[in-house]
Amino acid sequence: MSLNSLTIAEARDLLRKREVTSVQITEACLAAIDKAGALNAFVHKTPEIALERAHAADQRLASGEVPAMCGIPVGIKDLFCTEGVASQAASNILKGFKPQYESTVSGKLRDAGAVMLGKLNMDEFAMGSSNETSCYGNAVNPWKIDDRQLTPGGSSGGSAAAVAADLCLGATGTDTGGSIRQPAAFTGTVGIKPTYGRCSRWGIVAFASSLDQAGPMTRNVRDTAIMLGAMAGHDPKDSTSADIPVPDFEAALTGDIRGKTIGIPREYRMDGMPAEIEKLWADGTAMLKDAGAKIVDISLPHTKYALPAYYVIAPAEASSNLARYDGVRYGHRATLAAGDGITEMYEKTRAEGFGPEVQRRVMVGTYVLSAGFYDAYYNRARRVRALIKRDFDLAFASGVDAILTPATPSAAFGLGEMADADPVAMYLNDVFTVTVNLAGLPGVALPTGLDAQGLPLGLQLIGQPWGEADLLNIAQVLETAAGFVSKPRKWW
Amino acid sequence: MSQIDIETARRVAKLARIRVPEENLPKLADQLSGILSFMEQLNEVDVSGVEPMTSVTPMRLKRRADGVTDGNIQSRILANAPDAREGFFAVPKVVE
Repeated sequence: MSLNSLTIAEARDLLRKREVTSVQITEACLAAIDKAGALNAFVHKTPEIALERAHAADQRLASGEVPAMCGIPVGIKDLFCTEGVASQAASNILKGFKPQYESTVSGKLRDAGAVMLGKLNMDEFAMGSSNETSCYGNAVNPWKIDDRQLTPGGSSGGSAAAVAADLCLGATGTDTGGSIRQPAAFTGTVGIKPTYGRCSRWGIVAFASSLDQAGPMTRNVRDTAIMLGAMAGHDPKDSTSADIPVPDFEAALTGDIRGKTIGIPREYRMDGMPAEIEKLWADGTAMLKDAGAKIVDISLPHTKYALPAYYVIAPAEASSNLARYDGVRYGHRATLAAGDGITEMYEKTRAEGFGPEVQRRVMVGTYVLSAGFYDAYYNRARRVRALIKRDFDLAFASGVDAILTPATPSAAFGLGEMADADPVAMYLNDVFTVTVNLAGLPGVALPTGLDAQGLPLGLQLIGQPWGEADLLNIAQVLETAAGFVSKPRKWW
Repeated sequence: MSQIDIETARRVAKLARIRVPEENLPKLADQLSGILSFMEQLNEVDVSGVEPMTSVTPMRLKRRADGVTDGNIQSRILANAPDAREGFFAVPKVVE
């Protein structure tokens, strides 16, 4: 097996035993990245930084005890500011932007000794479910069943493609409405959106601040546990990051879930749900039952209102956050005509810099926050959000430890297939994931089967606030029972 | 209330400071109308007595001392500016 295909846990153990070096693993990843141009996953490569950090990691490894991520090559989503390295949020409006500082999460990984290989493709400003809104062009799913190229999902599509294609051992993602979990499901990888506040948002380009969370994307649950441990923790620079201890997530993977109660929410059984997804869900339920969990039917009555509430709240926050892109302090500024003033500069810069989906969302947000509509849309959506959270609170109060749902309504679809669809049709990708962001809960997606065409399908487990350790333990039990080992056939 | 006409689309684009060519306004109005009618579902929900959510996790925002923690990094602040002169961000003339 080539070194770039190692799991994080395997690599860590080999590195600690000094049987491989970080430089060797890093070189294997860099070679794999160079051959994977067709996937368009890495959009800014940083081989010099990678090798420098790999050498430093090897020195640390030689000198004694090191953190688990020391020497592990990872990819960083383009949404994270990385010092001196292009950080564009896949937008032309940030073309040329090289931050003078490092995001807290990528900084924590760096300090733990992780090796940054480069920046990963994504939907522009994390707005999209197919990676097609990226200014770099879309990333491509390594899974392929016919002549079509498939989407790796979005917005963390480059992260998912890179992990699934063994270009890196793990990657950072961010998730505002499903942007870690949907791409994980589409690529047969594992990703967790932690509890809101578990990871610092400082230095991550903001989309919707009350919903955004960073999380790891990896090849199995254990690796997710390891990498999350390195990313999580309180940060005085993000006042919404929680000042509570970070447990040892990996140590929580006991394999014992006897006595745990798993809720199956009836409202997630959507009309027209493909039979394959329904079977995947039923099979997953049976696996958890066989492992000793108690299965209960639960009701989350406001589920169907989650998507419309999300598509008020997220654009509202985005329109405010993206007001900063004005052509003054960083990024793109439009070429101005004679006599243009500052308003023309703003309007032309933003028209040139933002892609169509971002423009649409900024304008929707502007509309729902404008005088006369603020109460009817924005405040109503925030009230509905409170009810969605209450649904979960009641379920957990009744003794439910975790909730099992499908991760996506379908397997990966073809790139370009949604091009003529209504924007709302693309939003439906988030139907099972978006509730979790609205309620601030942790949710993990993991592959548990293939569809009839041979594409991966994922399930989602939703946990209690700050219950990632328990949640990952249940996820690993499901992972073991499902025994998903398929890998994409290498065509790139 | 959700039908966005061309005039409203023009006004929203202006508020958002995004230049939209006149010929693109009808399509934009259409798309915004579609998205807003999707949101109309929220009107089915009984929200009486429910406060709008302000914080998803019940937490008190932390306080910190009101102190200067950095400074003297003018060149770094200006490093990414499209136009910086004499230690300032430069923009087109604002006042006639």
